Amino acid sequence: MNEMARLQKRRLALYGWMLAAPALALMSLFAFYPAIATFWHSLFSRGTSRRPSVFAGFENYGDLFADPTFWTVATNNLIYAGVTIPVSIIFALVMALWANAHIPARSFVRSAYFTPTILPMIAAANLWLFFYTPDLGVIDQITGFFGASPTNWLGQPETALASVIIVTIWKEAGFFMIFYLAALQTIPPDLHEAARIEGAGRWTYTRRVLLPLLMPTTIFVFVNAMINSVKLIDHLFILTKGGPNNASKLILYWIWEMAFAYFDSPHAAAMTILVLLALGLVAVAQFRLVEKRTHYR
Amino acid sequence: MKTDTVTANTTLKLPDLDKVLDALGAWVLAIVWISPLLFAAWAALQPSGTVLGLDFSNPLTFENFVYVWGAVPWGGYFTNTVILVTLILAGQLVLCTLAGFAFARFEFKGRDTVFILVLLQLFILPEVLIVENYAIVSKLGLFDTALGIGLPYMASAFGIFLLRQAFKSVPIELEEAARIEGCSWMGVLWKVYVPAAKPVYLAYALVSIATHWNNFLWPLIVTNSPETRPLTVGLSLFGAPETGVDISVISAATIMTIAPLLMAFLIFQRQFIQAFLRAGIR
Repeated sequence: MNEMARLQKRRLALYGWMLAAPALALMSLFAFYPAIATFWHSLFSRGTSRRPSVFAGFENYGDLFADPTFWTVATNNLIYAGVTIPVSIIFALVMALWANAHIPARSFVRSAYFTPTILPMIAAANLWLFFYTPDLGVIDQITGFFGASPTNWLGQPETALASVIIVTIWKEAGFFMIFYLAALQTIPPDLHEAARIEGAGRWTYTRRVLLPLLMPTTIFVFVNAMINSVKLIDHLFILTKGGPNNASKLILYWIWEMAFAYFDSPHAAAMTILVLLALGLVAVAQFRLVEKRTHYR
Repeated sequence: MKTDTVTANTTLKLPDLDKVLDALGAWVLAIVWISPLLFAAWAALQPSGTVLGLDFSNPLTFENFVYVWGAVPWGGYFTNTVILVTLILAGQLVLCTLAGFAFARFEFKGRDTVFILVLLQLFILPEVLIVENYAIVSKLGLFDTALGIGLPYMASAFGIFLLRQAFKSVPIELEEAARIEGCSWMGVLWKVYVPAAKPVYLAYALVSIATHWNNFLWPLIVTNSPETRPLTVGLSLFGAPETGVDISVISAATIMTIAPLLMAFLIFQRQFIQAFLRAGIR
């Protein structure tokens, strides 16, 4: 009997592996192996037809740190993350509160907020081109009406990154709203009633009751926003191409440029590894947080 | 109960003002939020080459759409996108169902470690690994094919995670009942677990379709012919400002690209939002 149970257990384990195998194989091929291969290749110099690539240790990383473009791009991306993350989260929260309130035409409001989410980033960029075009664009038409001179929003270093940031916020706020909306719907209405009876004003209720209850959602959204601040770069291809003079260039765009425009894959690989390290830190931090929460429960 | 109505009546004034402000704020933000779309729709209907003053006197015209349709093989791009999205979704559904089932219902050595590795893939973005994945896809001879674009996305960690959760919440008694009736493991999966997870499948499918319909960077890298290029890549080649195409024409092309998904969204709004809601809760 014991023997049979053991056999059965073994068979189940085998089934489990077999079922998971196809997905694990593909995942290894397109995520784990390339991550390791990228690291390996980042240790070699760039080969040309006359000089084959040779082992260079961490030289490529040294080159990156010595390159002023690296610092510009890294700073840009930090600003990009530092602005898009909190601002989209605040917009998302406000949108969710409104889309959850009893107001007329609520479903229209909800859809309006959500619509940018289902548009390709490339299309979003084209739509915004219409706003940013100097002189003819909507923004200049409006400011021009008040006598301001036309501005080349995408073409000058002072405003290019900001213009890119606005498009990202527009694109992702409605997406994050959905998660807050879901969380709000799980909060019992009695809570609001109770707070009101206790004499808590709206602001107090939001700050003392709603925000703490929404904390898990905020963490989830925050992690997503962090990943997005690396991932969302498609609009650069349309709006600025990272220019002028790298003023709006972000890391992933730069990786693409190094690898596929300048054919310098060793440096692109080194940059990729730095991004993976950063993402890895985010992953570890999130797992820690989630673990804490489950312990708490 | 009587006192209740009295207090409600006396406090009627104040919350009302709040409500009006809420509604006003919500509407203004909603209009601001869709204004880029509305402007583009309007611009697309303007005669090309006209200075786009906010001038509503020009007659509306469809000539931009006609021009754009003739200038670029949109029909082909559209077909490519549909094929790509279908292929990815089919692959994801099969692979993630099997893997999700394995992680939910089977005990095997190292399962939890492997599952953490799977979750790690949520952070190792395919977008970041473009350099190496490009080399792999080329080596496999899949450069410039729909499979080449789709393959890296098929073993989706997100999908595995969602389906594992869904399968775990299925009561074990259902499975045992099916077992007594003589179902094999595959039979149990197909007859018990898959039907029970139907809403999750729908949610995941909508999210996947929207994601890959809109994906750009990776398809840009692994395609180089109109025969495989999806809509987003086609649009980017067409809409680049330095090509000198004017904004009415770009708007028309943009509207054409987003129209199918946008219409689907407007028709299935409720399901779409529900889908994103469900996919997001974890």
